[in-house]
Amino acid sequence: MTTTSTAQSSAQSPAQSSAQPYLDQHGRIADDLPGAGLPWLDRLRLEGIGRFSRSGFPTTRTEAWKYTNLRDLARTAFVPAATKPTIGLDLLPTVVPSGESPHRLVFVDGRLRADLCSVGDLPPGAILTGLAAALDRHPDLVATHLGQVSPDEGGPMRALNTAFLADGLVLALDPGVRLERPVEAVFVGIGAEQPTMHHPRVLIVAGRGSEATVVEHHVGLGTGAYFSNVVTEAVVEDGARLHHYKIQAEGAEAFHVSTLVARLGAEASYDNFVLTMGGRLSRNELRPFLGGSGTECRLSGAYMVSGTQHADTTTVIDHAVPRCTSREVYKGVIDGAARAVFQGKIIVRPDAQKTDGYQLNRALLLSDAAEIDSKPELEIYADDVKCSHGATAGELDDDQLFYLRARGIDAASARNLLVAAFLLEALDEIRVETVRDAFADRVRDWLAAGRPTV
Amino acid sequence: MLEIKNLHATVDGKPILKGVDLIVPAGEVHAIMGPNGAGKSTLSYVLAGREGYEVTEGTATFRGRDLLAMEPEERAAAGMFLAFQYPVEIPGVTNMTFLKTALNALRKGRGEKELDAMQFLKLVRAKTKELGMSEEMLKRAVNVGFSGGEKKRNEVLQMAVLDPAFCLLDETDSGLDIDALRIVADGVNALRGPDRAMLVITHYQRLLDYIVPDKVHVLAGGRIARTGGKELALELEEKGYAEFGAAEAA
Repeated sequence: MTTTSTAQSSAQSPAQSSAQPYLDQHGRIADDLPGAGLPWLDRLRLEGIGRFSRSGFPTTRTEAWKYTNLRDLARTAFVPAATKPTIGLDLLPTVVPSGESPHRLVFVDGRLRADLCSVGDLPPGAILTGLAAALDRHPDLVATHLGQVSPDEGGPMRALNTAFLADGLVLALDPGVRLERPVEAVFVGIGAEQPTMHHPRVLIVAGRGSEATVVEHHVGLGTGAYFSNVVTEAVVEDGARLHHYKIQAEGAEAFHVSTLVARLGAEASYDNFVLTMGGRLSRNELRPFLGGSGTECRLSGAYMVSGTQHADTTTVIDHAVPRCTSREVYKGVIDGAARAVFQGKIIVRPDAQKTDGYQLNRALLLSDAAEIDSKPELEIYADDVKCSHGATAGELDDDQLFYLRARGIDAASARNLLVAAFLLEALDEIRVETVRDAFADRVRDWLAAGRPTV
Repeated sequence: MLEIKNLHATVDGKPILKGVDLIVPAGEVHAIMGPNGAGKSTLSYVLAGREGYEVTEGTATFRGRDLLAMEPEERAAAGMFLAFQYPVEIPGVTNMTFLKTALNALRKGRGEKELDAMQFLKLVRAKTKELGMSEEMLKRAVNVGFSGGEKKRNEVLQMAVLDPAFCLLDETDSGLDIDALRIVADGVNALRGPDRAMLVITHYQRLLDYIVPDKVHVLAGGRIARTGGKELALELEEKGYAEFGAAEAA
């Protein structure tokens, strides 16, 4: 396989020069990627690297990346992971109570580790496997959906993932199939001496009337830097219900950039919750497309950052048809000199009459140096719609703190109690109880551990 | 139990307390009455340790210790309890969690074993019943959506569960109708005992019909202007606070 563009003219733009190492690397490894030789996939990957090499990493001059600077990411030389480290199963996070077996796939540095997986018994009509394996065993399924879910071609990060995609989760449910237990995908990034990159690709196809819960864990081991650039594509067909939850607890030096595109059919239900706590820089971009009427889409999350962490939540909800409901509830706690970004866009197209949209972002600033940039955006082209948004940023309430302390609760515990109460309110949006409880435990652990302040 | 000497305090640089002298021995209930703006609430906040209330002169000794040198939570651990005039709403924290966290913090401070969930539930249920409160209130967020009467009753419930040595009641009667007042007063009276002292701050004599004090002090112009028995409250009810040089606002 050869690359289409060399982009090595003497007048190389800064954007293009940031893409050059990726272009070079792609040329070296493309032929060895899983599924190489499948014409449709070769073409997809070439388009990906072509688009990325023209754009390079997004800069803050791009509106969608105004508040998140990828300069440090672009400057770091990442290589594909080579070693296969040993990992104890007990280190892998789960939301499933002990004793019960989850449907669990484990990826280390972006590649499936069969020795750590436990897929368990699945009902007929359900496929759960790694993407590399699916390219081999279910090529038609993958070809039908991979890169086809979103109505647009996507930005540079999606293109970069497509260029390098090698493995990830594939879950496909035939019409009417329901999974009782959650599917868990654990992505482990190893922060070794040499920074590595991985581009996991998740594909979920929920057939008509099917239902499943998917929980993604993104965790880091080791102290070094790595770059996880995740893309998730989800198809939720008519009447299907997909509960999609994620904990982002990457290593302290990790870069986590994640893009979700989802296409929702009629009378479908999609609910997404992301708990953001790890990483040096993270971006969680969600782009659901509501393409069937009577559908409900709920996006929510909690972010807790400290030190010099940067956490970006960007949502674009696209209402294309009538009578759909979307609801967004995000709450975040920002300590030290950390910075959080919330960009929430709701598009209501001319046909999308009777749209009901609600958006809320509330941030709690625990220090003078903490920062939140909140940008709600409504783009409404229909006249009979109900859309509201709200954003607040504040500090802990002195009256509440004094009240708790006057009852004997020390200052640090009082603060933690109030912060937990603030965050746990967002967790109420999670509809699956076991997941809600597991996430709440992580919030309490984070508070109990005491956070680095700067 | 509580000994206050020549206490001066400012709020935003403005002198409010100008030399308060007061002694409340164990087993006694004292009332502080006075016109609006006399410094009644300031005194309660200074004793509870609220930020923004600066003591510029004088001392307050509580059970032999320097009260003013302690953090609010240390004062609570030492046995000081302030029943708030305006109890604070805390969304997302249930009354149950709040009470349990507070009680176990106090027990820890006193070197006692923390109560487990079952022991705590038993205790709090008994106290709730004694105060004629519904258990449903325990599951609700602290004071959120509570009526004025419920909030005050919730303060008394906390007092009963936390079992303080000293109860400081700041305008506990404000906003209560006569039935709620009676319930709250019954709850307070049930806590009277030889090892406990109380300081009841109020503008009106009405509360003192139900919580009968051993002594009544008039706080005016930032000082204790007069001290007497319970009959002093009746006299003030009749004559008002005019003789203490303060404009009667109410």
